[in-house]
Amino acid sequence: MSQERFDAIVVGGGMAGASAAYRLAKAGIRVLIVERGNYAGAKNVTGGRIYTHSLEQLIPDFRKRAPLERKVTQERISILEGGKSTTIEYNGGAEHPDEESYVVLRSVFDKWLADEAANAGAMVVNRIQVDSLLMQGDRVVGVRCGNDEAYANVVILADGVNSLLAERAGLRAPLRPAEVAVSAKEVYTFNKGVIEERFGLAADEGASWLFMGDITHGLMGGGFLYTNKNSVSIGIVVSLEHIGEADATIEDMMNEFMAYPTVARLLKGGKLVERSGHMVPEAGYQAVSTLSGDGFIIVGDAAGFCVNMGYTVRGMDFAIASGMYAADAVIKAHKLGDFSAGAMRYYDLKVEDSFIGKDLKQYRRLPDFLNNPRIFTAYPAMVNGIMQDVFTVNGKGASPLVPKLLKRANKAGLVGLAMDALKGGRAL
Amino acid sequence: MKLEEKLGVNKYYVNEGHPHIEIIHDYPDMAEKMKLVNACPAGLYTLQDDGTLAFDYAGCLECGTCRVLCGNTIIKKWEYPDDTKGIEFRQG
Repeated sequence: MSQERFDAIVVGGGMAGASAAYRLAKAGIRVLIVERGNYAGAKNVTGGRIYTHSLEQLIPDFRKRAPLERKVTQERISILEGGKSTTIEYNGGAEHPDEESYVVLRSVFDKWLADEAANAGAMVVNRIQVDSLLMQGDRVVGVRCGNDEAYANVVILADGVNSLLAERAGLRAPLRPAEVAVSAKEVYTFNKGVIEERFGLAADEGASWLFMGDITHGLMGGGFLYTNKNSVSIGIVVSLEHIGEADATIEDMMNEFMAYPTVARLLKGGKLVERSGHMVPEAGYQAVSTLSGDGFIIVGDAAGFCVNMGYTVRGMDFAIASGMYAADAVIKAHKLGDFSAGAMRYYDLKVEDSFIGKDLKQYRRLPDFLNNPRIFTAYPAMVNGIMQDVFTVNGKGASPLVPKLLKRANKAGLVGLAMDALKGGRAL
Repeated sequence: MKLEEKLGVNKYYVNEGHPHIEIIHDYPDMAEKMKLVNACPAGLYTLQDDGTLAFDYAGCLECGTCRVLCGNTIIKKWEYPDDTKGIEFRQG
């Protein structure tokens, strides 16, 4: 592609980029996806779960076509401290189709979605890295890949959380450690039938399991586990803000997490098939970047669209929706022949009006609330201590429960507890 | 299982002799160095007995964490590996 011209160029073949290209191609727009991996998804990682409401809008029959691992029907949250754990389990699943969520593996899923875009008419080029954006003044007019240049009316930046392009072109402020977390993840395969038996699941049903507690050594973060068809995705996420001060590496934390009796027995006999790592945009609304400008739109993780609420973590449903909104803005601009910053603002407004804007705003105080060592050490100790008090019988004669509970709460710090509860209530 | 062994199950196309990340090994500030030691999900930054920082780009997962943490201090250069090189996730 020495010097080619397209209506639109999408940088990155992940969920946001492929969704944008799929919709553009369907509308008859000449669109190119440039993906640096050997295939779309080769550089991408998820913890595990996608809420599929936006995918359903993009591809209504995705349930028949998409490579989904399992539909989540079982939710568990565990609070870990000192080898003890307290677990809440909910079985019920989604009441409506648009409330469903599925466990996915990105190297499989993204490849499929990029193929869908290609089948719809998008040109997908793998193994090519975009080195820089071509600018005319403040306007993005194309991309440079080595000695090749490709031009377009608009460039959609879908190059992920570690988006070098927008930063280096001065289109957005550099990512700060407080805005991101790092994740380590491992996938373990099992013999057929083991997942169902071990987690108490039916053939296509899946489990989502989040963990918080002393495994992150006081840092904001936690563990996750999702069941795939015949494998388990397990990992840990920790905020970068104070990571240098931690008394453990992320690998130490991962090992402590996987050694927890509750967790270790789930992994027994599993064979490690991949170790991955990735960043997660975590600061919510505060971290959302510039969304668009003259000749460009930023989507997905590159735009910072992610919400971590502790008990649910989301990014992929935002990615797909933002790709769709970007496509809508480009289709409109294409009709009007206007790709100026003003025309691209249509995308910003669509994002703000949609669930993306609403969810990011609603939970904007959460990162600040969660960035509190007490939540990951003192309170998990309190919860497990209370459980211990409640369930212990030792033949020394019972003592009244309420004072025992108060003692546990006192140890965690009553004033701090009350203030954190208030802050948490406001953040949600 | 040691982290090096874990990384051994991954599929890499290492660009031999062309590190995509370069660092200042004898950067003086210990707090900066500890960020990388603690955060790299591939454990590629290790503190040596003489206090310098060792780094091996071959096992890189291309997450960018080190760039965000120390892009203005220890990290001299951070690029993605050249076309087709680096990690290839088969699970993701």
